[in-house]
Amino acid sequence: MKQLKAKIIGNKRIAPDFYKMRLASAYLAKNSKPGQFVEIECSKGGEIFLRRPLGVHRILNDGIEVLYEVVGPGTKSLSAKTAGEYIDIIGPLGNGFFVQRTAYSAQRTAALVAGGVGVAPLVALAETLVNSSKLIVHSKRRKLYVLIGACKKGHVLCVNDLKKLGAEVVVYTEDGSLGKKGLITQGLTSLLSTINYELSTIYACGPYPMLKAISHIADSSGISCQVSMEERMACGVGVCLGCPVKAKSGGYKMVCKDGPVFDSKEIAW
Amino acid sequence: MVNLGTKIGKLQLKNPVMAASGTFGPEYGELIDVNKLGAYIAKTITLNARIGNPPPRVCDTPSGMLNSIGLENGGLDDFIKNKLPPLKRLKIPLIASIAGDDAGEFKELTRGLSKSGKIEALEINLSCPNVKHGKRDFLIAQDEEATYETIEAVRRSTTLTIIAKLSPNVTDIKKVARAAERAGADALSLINTLVGMAIDIDTKRPVLGNITGGLSGPAIKPIALRMVREAYKSTRIPIVGIGGVMDYKDAVEFILCGASAIQVGTANFINPAASIEIIDGIKDYMAKNNIREIKKLTGALKT
Repeated sequence: MKQLKAKIIGNKRIAPDFYKMRLASAYLAKNSKPGQFVEIECSKGGEIFLRRPLGVHRILNDGIEVLYEVVGPGTKSLSAKTAGEYIDIIGPLGNGFFVQRTAYSAQRTAALVAGGVGVAPLVALAETLVNSSKLIVHSKRRKLYVLIGACKKGHVLCVNDLKKLGAEVVVYTEDGSLGKKGLITQGLTSLLSTINYELSTIYACGPYPMLKAISHIADSSGISCQVSMEERMACGVGVCLGCPVKAKSGGYKMVCKDGPVFDSKEIAW
Repeated sequence: MVNLGTKIGKLQLKNPVMAASGTFGPEYGELIDVNKLGAYIAKTITLNARIGNPPPRVCDTPSGMLNSIGLENGGLDDFIKNKLPPLKRLKIPLIASIAGDDAGEFKELTRGLSKSGKIEALEINLSCPNVKHGKRDFLIAQDEEATYETIEAVRRSTTLTIIAKLSPNVTDIKKVARAAERAGADALSLINTLVGMAIDIDTKRPVLGNITGGLSGPAIKPIALRMVREAYKSTRIPIVGIGGVMDYKDAVEFILCGASAIQVGTANFINPAASIEIIDGIKDYMAKNNIREIKKLTGALKT
């Protein structure tokens, strides 16, 4: 990790309340892994005091992208920033997804399950799986599924990007305004009942109840499952112990340092 | 030539800047040269392991943050076995921070740490607002007698430098400061956090899992400055100023109010290089103002 000033290349609104920010940094480009995050200083002192942790959305040749939802004053202030400005970043942080476990195994099929803006880090993962891990999509034995669930239409993001990568994308919305009506966990259950080969890994990112349900499905189906968790953070590096998640082994693990990606079996749901 | 050296009890520090307990760790070694600090203060340990408070444990507030970590730590044995060995490689003085339910626990911690080598001073955390200590429903630092009893117990158990960390959640800081001095503390550090709350009006719930938390950051600096001055004027032992130090100007303010050294806490989370920048800033300030020693600046407030 490093603390650095990165130039904003673009900060585009991609849907109401959702923004994609491109940051120039050769260091972050070279050192970031899918599932890792960065701590961004949204403004100097004042009302928005702490840095905000944002997942790496895409890893580019000359920088990274973050995709974020405007949910409070921190992300609101971030959304007002324009190309050419510099922002202070600490990163990359956290452990990231364990790609190797599945990418070179005999069964290279993966299901990525996103809830809302939880799709953000899964795009970087999908790109890595497709581009660098030689995962051959569209073959009969190997496939990349991406299941995206959201409350409504405007909150379903990145579908085209993922389709372009060759992923089979399934969309669920709670109000039925896009894709099938229902929760994404239904989508996963139905996928597992229809595909005729074993999924090697489920990678999930989204709200806690969704991750809990998916972990349960993975457990009962005997599929390995990695979850990317979220918690309020201060330092982002494991110093302040401010972002605990209950661990099965007893006590807490820290989302920033021990995660944000965990084997779902590590978590006391 | 500017001399940044300062003395806290028997501790000779090359500069007056330390990172506050619980806000700094070896992780920051990747970002800054830890050996540039005046001293290293480890996170508070208790005799037995503590699991800490339920999440959420942190949130930001105007010009500050609330935390309710709850002294999560692995206990004395874990500290000596796992945390201490890498800290022994530091080239700067090491200060351990301890908290306990009663004088007996403080004694046991003090004895355990005094014979472990490397540790030169103990900061006695009498003031963490996020834990319940035994049957007491107040913090040690909220009571003169309990403060005296605890510091005295520690004093009898060690020759290491003792720094009593006081709470701002009191009516009169002078009384507690004097009690700690009488009991044999070599120095005082203040302030710990102020008890506060944050509310989510949509859920009608407190933001923190523990309901209340400790407020830190620039929001508490004016209170901290006032209390440092009061403690300085009512005791004769060195004061370590803490509370919302973000840059060298804040640090100089504390020194003017009577601090012989300062601690940088919450600022580390926002700018891990803050402590190092503050050391350089104090040096420049002293050079510009022709102040050769920290001693000449301590308590030099004109009123």
